[in-house]
Order: sequence, then C-alpha cells, then structure tokens
Amino acid sequence: MPTAILAPAPPHPSGDKRFRILDATMKRHRHEPDSLLEVLHAAQELFGFLDLDCLIYVARSLKVPPSRVYGVATFYNFFSLKPKGDHTCVVCMGTACYVKGTASILAAIEQQYRIKAGDTTADGTMSLVTARCLGACGLAPAVVFDEEVAGGLSVGLTLERIARWTSDGR
Amino acid sequence: MAAEDVDAIRGRESAAWDAHRGRIAVCTAAGCLSSGAAAVKEALVDAARTASTNGSVRVVGTGCLGLCHAGPLVRVDTATEHALYERATPGVAPALVCAAVAGALPREGRNDDEAAFFAPQQRIVLANAGRIDSERVEDYIAAGGYRALQQAVGEMTPPDVVQQIVASGLRGRGGGGYPTGLKWSTVAKADGPAKYVICNADEGDPGAFMDRSVLEGDPHRVLEGMTIAGYAVGAEQGFIYVRGEYPLAISRLKTAIKQAERLQLLGHRILDSAFNFRIDLRIGAGAFVCGEETALIASIEGRRGTPRPRPPFPAERGLWDRPTLINNVETFANVPPIVTRGGDWYASIGTARSKGTKVFALAGAIARTGLIEVPMGLTLRQIIFDVGGGIPGGRAFKAAQTGGPSGGCIPADHLDLPVDYESLAGIGSIMGSGGLIVMDDTSCMVDVARFFMEFCREESCGKCIPCRAGTVQMHGLLTKITDGRADERDLLLLEQLGELLTRTSLCGLGQTAANPVKSTLRHFRGEYLAHIVDRRCPAGVCRMKGAP
Repeated sequence: MPTAILAPAPPHPSGDKRFRILDATMKRHRHEPDSLLEVLHAAQELFGFLDLDCLIYVARSLKVPPSRVYGVATFYNFFSLKPKGDHTCVVCMGTACYVKGTASILAAIEQQYRIKAGDTTADGTMSLVTARCLGACGLAPAVVFDEEVAGGLSVGLTLERIARWTSDGR
Repeated sequence: MAAEDVDAIRGRESAAWDAHRGRIAVCTAAGCLSSGAAAVKEALVDAARTASTNGSVRVVGTGCLGLCHAGPLVRVDTATEHALYERATPGVAPALVCAAVAGALPREGRNDDEAAFFAPQQRIVLANAGRIDSERVEDYIAAGGYRALQQAVGEMTPPDVVQQIVASGLRGRGGGGYPTGLKWSTVAKADGPAKYVICNADEGDPGAFMDRSVLEGDPHRVLEGMTIAGYAVGAEQGFIYVRGEYPLAISRLKTAIKQAERLQLLGHRILDSAFNFRIDLRIGAGAFVCGEETALIASIEGRRGTPRPRPPFPAERGLWDRPTLINNVETFANVPPIVTRGGDWYASIGTARSKGTKVFALAGAIARTGLIEVPMGLTLRQIIFDVGGGIPGGRAFKAAQTGGPSGGCIPADHLDLPVDYESLAGIGSIMGSGGLIVMDDTSCMVDVARFFMEFCREESCGKCIPCRAGTVQMHGLLTKITDGRADERDLLLLEQLGELLTRTSLCGLGQTAANPVKSTLRHFRGEYLAHIVDRRCPAGVCRMKGAP
C-alpha cells in the first residue's frame, strides 16, 4: 500500500466541529489517497451532502488533485453534491418492482410534485430518488419513506403517505 | 485461541441448545424486518423471559427463512416437531412461547406451503438459516462452523485445500461460472511479496438478493470461506466490497469480524498456527459496474470504478498490482462444507458440468416470492411451479428472466430445461448471480428489454465508446418501438448494434448489455413485430404514440 508523505494539510478555517471529525477519519486512514471513498462516505454522513468546499478540503488533506476527488464524487450514485430535503422518498425500480408497476407510482409522484427523480421539491420538504433494487423483492412494489421500507403499494397509497409529510411540513 | 478452545465452545453451546425445550427463530433478514419482524422478536424475547417458561425457550434472530412474501416468519422447533408461522405479529408471541414449552404447536397461523416449498430444495449455503442466531459466533460454531478452518489450517497443506476445491467442481456463483479451483491455483502459484483475497459483495443485478441474505444471515460462513482461501493461496489480507445499499449486511459483517478477531479466528496466528489473515470492509457507493472485477479493484483503490482490459487478470495482477483472488459471496459460502465433507461429496451433487447447488431469488409474478437453494439441474418448471408455487391470479406464465441486465428471457417452451450454466447459455440467457424473475402475460417483452437497456445506459461507466454510445442508441431504438414509431429498419439496426456491443465492449457490462434484447428477439420476435407493423402492444403495456 502506498503511504502519504509530507506534512499534514492545515485544519479547515471554519473551525466547524464536523471537519475535525473528518480529520480524525483521514488520520485513521493515514491520509492515504486510496482511502478517498471511505473519506467521502464519512464526509457525506457528517454533512448530509458534499459541497465544493468540502471536496477541495478533502483533496488538500489527502494530497490528491481536486479533479480526481470531483471525478469520484460524481461517478458514484451514492454521493450527492446537492443538499437533501427534509424527507426522502426512494422508489425502487428493480425488475420485480418494475413488473409490478413502480413506473406508474414514480410518474404519479413526479407529476403531483412537479419534480423529477433526483430532485428536491422547491420548499425542501422532500427529495425523490430511485433505487436500482432494494433487494426487498418480496415486498414489490416497494418504496422507502425515510428509511422505512413499505411494500405492496399502489399509486394512491404512496401519494397518501407523502401527503402526510407535506402537510406536517407546513 | 487454539483449536481445542473452539471445540470447547462448540461442545458448550451444543449442550446449551439441547437443554432448551423449544427454540424460536425469527427471520431478521431485511425483507421480514421491513414488515415488522423486530417487534415480533422483542415480544417473543419478553414472553420467553416470563417466569412460567423459566428460560426453557430460546429466541433467536435468524437468516432469511425463504418465504419472503409471507413475512414476518417465525420458525418454532420442539424436540419432536417444527412449524413455520407466517405474517406473525407481536400479539401471537405469548401463545407461541407457551406452545413451544408445552411441545404442542398450534395450527393457527401456520404456513401450509412449507413442505412443498422446501422438499425440492437442498440447502448447503443456506443450511444455517432458521438454525442459528445471525449475530452470535458461538451459534455458528455450535452448528459446525469454523470446523473447516480448523481442519484446513491444522491438518491440510495449502495445495491440499486447493485440490479439494478443484475436485469439487465449484464454479463462480457471481454468474461467470469460471472454475473456482482453477482461479485458486493460479493465485496460489503466482509469486509476490503480497497477495489479496477479495469477496465481491457488490450484488447489483436488480431482483437479486441472494448475497445480501447470506451476509445478513450467516456472515461467519463468508469470513470462514475467505480465510480458508487466504490460507490456500498465501494471502494475509482480505477485503469484502459490499454494496452501500445494504446497511444491515454491513453492520452484521462488522460485528462478525470483531467476534472472529476476538476468538483468534481472524488476525494474527489463527488457531495458534503461523497463519495470519485479516479482513477489512470496503463500502461501495452505488455503481453497478463495480461488480466487474477490475472496476471493483479500482474502487477499492479509491478511484472511479472503471474497468481495464484483461489480461492481465487479477489472479496475476490485481489489487495494487498484486496477485488477487476475487470470488463472490456465494462462492466463498460454499467453501467450508467442501473442506469438511470433501470435494468429491460436492461434485456428486448437480449435473455433469455444473456441480453443487445454486441459490435463487424468486420474484415477480410468482406465488412464493423468496429465497431458495436447489441442486443444479432442476428444471425451470420445478423451480417455478413446485418450489415457487406457480403464477398467482390465474394468469399464464410468459417468461422467466435470469441473469439480470446481462441475462435473458426464457419462454414457456423451455420450461423443462435443466438449469445449469451450459443449458441456460444455450438458449441465450445466463445463470447469472441468481435473480429469477417470473413474468406473466401482463408483461411486455419489448418493454422489459427497454427497461434493462435503460439500466445499462445509466450504469455504463463511459470508458469505452461501444457501451457508452451503444446503450444510448439501443435504448432510443427500443423507445421508438414501444412508442409505435419504429419501422423494420430500426429492428435491423437494433440487431446490428447489439452484435457490435457484444463484440467490442471493454468489459462484461457492455459485452452482455445486448443480451436481454437478443434473447427477447429470439423468443418473442412476434411481439416486436406487433409493435412495429401493427402498432400494437399485445400485453397492453406500451402506450403507442403514433406514426413514425
């Protein structure tokens, strides 16, 4: 395994405590450039998403080009460069869910809230995302409402669940 | 810890098992948890603690019990009988605990399909599901776990171990079907100051949840298989590359690694021998292409998950350019029983060229959605109708999809085909990792082909042009067909592009991306023509938008 040499990069000027936690994560990985994915996972967990400031900070600390950090952050679906909404609705688009009709569920949500999969509503209440497969095919069609997997859904039931968030949010 | 100490744990735990009058196993795999298994388990634990039972009933959380559509599932074992209860609620807990103590299991709430579902199955990889507590290493040991590692490290030389794997005829369960023994011998023979073992747990095919279930239900089985592999090929470091979408599997693996390290079954001087092996987790970040071995290696190295040309194969130059053994979860899970029972035993199961069993995830238009393990060579009809209970709602079987976006659709006239690597390839599909999705007459085959092409288009890493541009073009053509705007020239173009992708793409993703199109064209050409010539979708799925 290649090891990083040179002196450590200076701490983040904001003094935000979360950067200190991120520093500790990078230190645990001995600032190895190979640990970039683990570091980005940790950063996203701390901040909720990865903004440019954070990506540049990681690049400097691990001594890798910012282009590589940006390349990795945008390559993987898991990393988000935009802040998420208060609630997240994940529509499973796996084969089993697809043949049982999640395409129409997704279309109905997109139409009702005038957003596309991957977007957040203008008021920041909900982010709508799709999943490749939750592996919960026994529950098809399945949708995740804030970590909670719900199965056997219809368009009506799904919209009803989401409506509860939007009415609470106001 | 020495081998004798592991034996001591095994003896102690087995005695503790036998001391209980009854055992209740709650399925705590992701599917059942989503339908409320955690509350059921808590209620059962509370009920079992009450004075009247006096601790005579043991409640455990166990791996996937198989019949996922009927969850939460609870299996109750007494000295004389057992039963599987479906759609359990916390309310039934006291009655089940009392029944387990009394030794008389009630009929109410029982799953009646159990016998039909399990009879054709043969469980090797899933042997511990329903038996052990997924989060206790002692349970795994009591069920015979780590005996294979004791045997390998204590009594066998590394070449002996490789020889058993070769003799078993085991082939890669990730879908490629490459002989595992051959891979192990190549890495074993390679020179180098360092070698690595990687477990590919980046299960990406939609509709596939075999590996997730194994990792969640029996994580030590995978750790043991990897450790034996490390001993056999001469590696001291292993990595498990697991999907970020599987938080439960990740947490169970973390727990299992700590437990194994504490018992000196991982780490330095394993079982007091000179063999050292450690395992680290690497969490994927949502890229399907990382299931391809060279892309997976790039991802572990902290880079974008793009593949590179092979050769050199990872067995010669893999992680950090060192010889690297990469096998899938299910492949490693087969290793411990092969070591304890011998390669010849394993080779006696299955067909001439496909040995052993295969785990399948049944989903789609099938009565019993769930997880099964069957010997190679069972027919599709037996799997779908005997094990899976057939098509619900009185509808007709139309196709079985295997191999996900790299596989194909198998029509009804091939239902009596024995399922093994060669016969599936022979009709234009592949074994794949084990996702088996059943479609009835409400599914449109052109729409299904378009669904998979959209998947490949999104997941193409963009490195090579045939895949990057070809999947976009093919998806466009398929959309034209499902919109009713295509003519027969488009069909010709679709076929030519498919051939081009297969022949010229850099990695497996692009090389197999056209398979769903090719297989549906082969078996359901009439449906394509109905869309093109008659501007009609026979299944009524596609909304025809009009003339070209």
